[in-house]
Amino acid sequence: MKLLILALFLMVAPLVARAEIEIQEVTSPGGIDAWLVEEQSIPFAALEIIIDGGASLDEPGKRGATNLMMGLLEEGAGDMDARAFQTAREGLAASYGFDAYDDSVVITARFLTENRDQAVELLRKALTEPRFDQDALDRVRAQVQSIIRSDSTDPNAIAGAAFDAAAFGDHPYGSDINGTAESVSALTRADIITAHRNALVRSRVHVGAAGDISAQELGILLDDLLGALPEEGPDLPGPVAFGLDGGTTVIDFETPQSVALFGHEGLERDDEDFFAAYILNEILGGRGVQSRLMEEVREKRGLTYGVYSYLVPKDYAALYLGSVASANDRIAQAIAVIRDEWARMAQEGVTAEELEAAKTYLTGAYPLRFDGNAAIAGILAGMQATGLPPDYVENRNAYVEAVTLDDINRVAGELLNPEGLHFVVVGQPEGLD
Amino acid sequence: MRVLFVLALWVGLATSSAAEEVTTATLDNGLEVVVIEDHRAPVVVHMLWYRAGSADEPVGSSGVAHFLEHLLFKATDTLASGEFSDIVAANGGSDNAFTSYDYTGYFQRVAADRLPLMMRMEADRMNNLRLTEEDIVTERGVILEERNQRVENSPNALAREQMRAAQYLNHRYGVPIIGWKHEMETLDMADALAFYDLYYSPNNAVLVVAGDVEPDEVIALAREHYGPIPAEPELPERVRSQEPPQTAERRMIFEDARVSQPYLTRSYIAPERDSGAQEKAAALTYLAELLGGSPFTSALGVALQFDSQLAVYTSAYYGGQSLDDTTFGLTVVPADGVTLQEAEAAMDDAISEFLSEGIDPDQLERLRTQLRAGEIYARDNVQGLARRYGAALTQGLTVEDVQAWPDILQAVTEEDILAVAREVLDPDRSVTGWVVPSREVLQ
Repeated sequence: MKLLILALFLMVAPLVARAEIEIQEVTSPGGIDAWLVEEQSIPFAALEIIIDGGASLDEPGKRGATNLMMGLLEEGAGDMDARAFQTAREGLAASYGFDAYDDSVVITARFLTENRDQAVELLRKALTEPRFDQDALDRVRAQVQSIIRSDSTDPNAIAGAAFDAAAFGDHPYGSDINGTAESVSALTRADIITAHRNALVRSRVHVGAAGDISAQELGILLDDLLGALPEEGPDLPGPVAFGLDGGTTVIDFETPQSVALFGHEGLERDDEDFFAAYILNEILGGRGVQSRLMEEVREKRGLTYGVYSYLVPKDYAALYLGSVASANDRIAQAIAVIRDEWARMAQEGVTAEELEAAKTYLTGAYPLRFDGNAAIAGILAGMQATGLPPDYVENRNAYVEAVTLDDINRVAGELLNPEGLHFVVVGQPEGLD
Repeated sequence: MRVLFVLALWVGLATSSAAEEVTTATLDNGLEVVVIEDHRAPVVVHMLWYRAGSADEPVGSSGVAHFLEHLLFKATDTLASGEFSDIVAANGGSDNAFTSYDYTGYFQRVAADRLPLMMRMEADRMNNLRLTEEDIVTERGVILEERNQRVENSPNALAREQMRAAQYLNHRYGVPIIGWKHEMETLDMADALAFYDLYYSPNNAVLVVAGDVEPDEVIALAREHYGPIPAEPELPERVRSQEPPQTAERRMIFEDARVSQPYLTRSYIAPERDSGAQEKAAALTYLAELLGGSPFTSALGVALQFDSQLAVYTSAYYGGQSLDDTTFGLTVVPADGVTLQEAEAAMDDAISEFLSEGIDPDQLERLRTQLRAGEIYARDNVQGLARRYGAALTQGLTVEDVQAWPDILQAVTEEDILAVAREVLDPDRSVTGWVVPSREVLQ
């Protein structure tokens, strides 16, 4: 998801570096689309494959199946068990990543030019001929259970779980993709095979590639790699309403620093006001320019090490979230300041100077994102998953520059809802109701 | 007090090396300059490293190196508080800083044509910081909250602190970089300025510029912006109290109700990469991979996660880049129902077996391949290369040492690895910690 947000801000400013990349649109002989930035100076390539669906495709009662399945893709394929598979991978010095998210699964790979065919063949086996051996399943299940146990006493994880459950209830967004101790212990090999069948679907694939590989080579590679995946998958889940009202929820947990996660409903990423909202957030609580929240909570009052807000446009719901952490006897003050700033911004909006500074930063920072083959492959895949055209890279400056002070301040009034802001606080905060 | 000081008049001649297109120079005031060319994108990373980290702090003011790092974003003679980062952002760049045991570093990533501005501002804050009492009070609150976030709220981090404190009896590596809380609470203006005045000096700094730049131009710019800053004549020789030989095994039980997954961790005092003598460190780099690099092929992974299934996680760690003695670390997270005692016994058995059975030549070859490939992949990350040089040059290594390292790694033999393993994996050099929610789980 964070890729998609980044990809929305591809900008070129007149004064700073241009993103001098040339995106080639590639269609494999078998009909798989991909975007490529060819760069031959270093003899390796990076690949990123985003497949829509993800953990939201977990079937009822099978929470954690997609996540566990992705963890098992590196645990044996074809005639190789887990150790044989990894021994082969290590001998090639290739690396693969298999990750599950709410709305997608993501496969990343990095391989040397000198043994590209072997590295891709090994990855193909992982994607299309995974073994899901029972011993591997039990071993990785125990690892996931260990993570679930650790999260149960991690204040950030506790806050996130409570917020999601209250906001989304029974929808997949309402629970962690790892699943619960109970749901994970009940998963069978058949459940994992189903999750694999549902999640790795050819028609939902978005491919980005960068590095030492030609368009023709990439096309052949993709047919080899993905050609055997099923074409269609199960229906994707529908939209879900954000079900959390304004207020504060305190979860008692014995720890010196309270952790707060806060938010309310956000904005879809295809909303025509998304750019205005993005710039607005940059000024309120973003990470680039000194944000108002950082200025007020950290710089002026020393109440926290970090306070941030972020737009989270997921596929089936849109959130506007933030986070802060302060000692138990100071968190109430930090929260009061955040609420005040949220209200002040809703009412007064931003100044012309703030808008200009944020635009300058966002437009100038964009080219710096094209930082190496893996980053470029990720951006390319993310842009496609977001439904953006390749020339977005050159044209996007106009979208940011086009946001006016009137736009952004209208959006501030519409989007920011001080009364609707809900804080989930984990710790032993003093002076909070 | 800064006094003008002129170093012996030698103008550092730029020398060039083929490996990563690295050029070096030294200014008259002692500032070392390293330029790494990467012309793939019109971007530059500008980093200034000081040979001053938490292990250089005076007794009683732990955390001052990191505190000062925060304070360097406050006002100077010509910039208001926070303006440094605002200007970087207004130029589309990003900036940050970091503190470690052996160094403090500041960096900006920005379009290559903005380099002169970055240099002007970085040179400015080397000498012209103007702190107020209010800065001290609010920023002290910030670092205390940073400690809360990174350490006090994390039982694992608290346990690591205790482990290091037990490992280092006499060296400042036993004191956390962020500082002990009770000393952080007393840090004041005098502490910060004393550290600043002494250590933030060109003859104690390394400038690393990496990206789409021409070395001659960078060196000329460095002369223009950093050249006028006088060297610090009082800069002390960098001597820290060293560890005595460890002669007894150390053990601890760390108890915290927030631990939901018990685990054990062990560290051994170990040699680091020394200039001109990096062979032992190279062998230890292999040893960490062979013992706990990959869960699928390493000795601990195979024995504990596959064969006996006594653990859900195993790892080995060795950080060879350190000015003084470093550590070699092992971690085992036992499977549900397995005691820490059983897990530790299995870990020790696996190590013994590794030492007696030797190393599979195929596996050694695969590691060689991966380390060689790592050098290819590393070229994709120019900021990573910049960090590699900056860290090395502030930790007692030279550019030549950095460039020799890949070949030294390739030359490591089975005998080297087993010899260094027998030397380092000695119980009398170790600290073993059990991290548990309560001692009751040990019953």
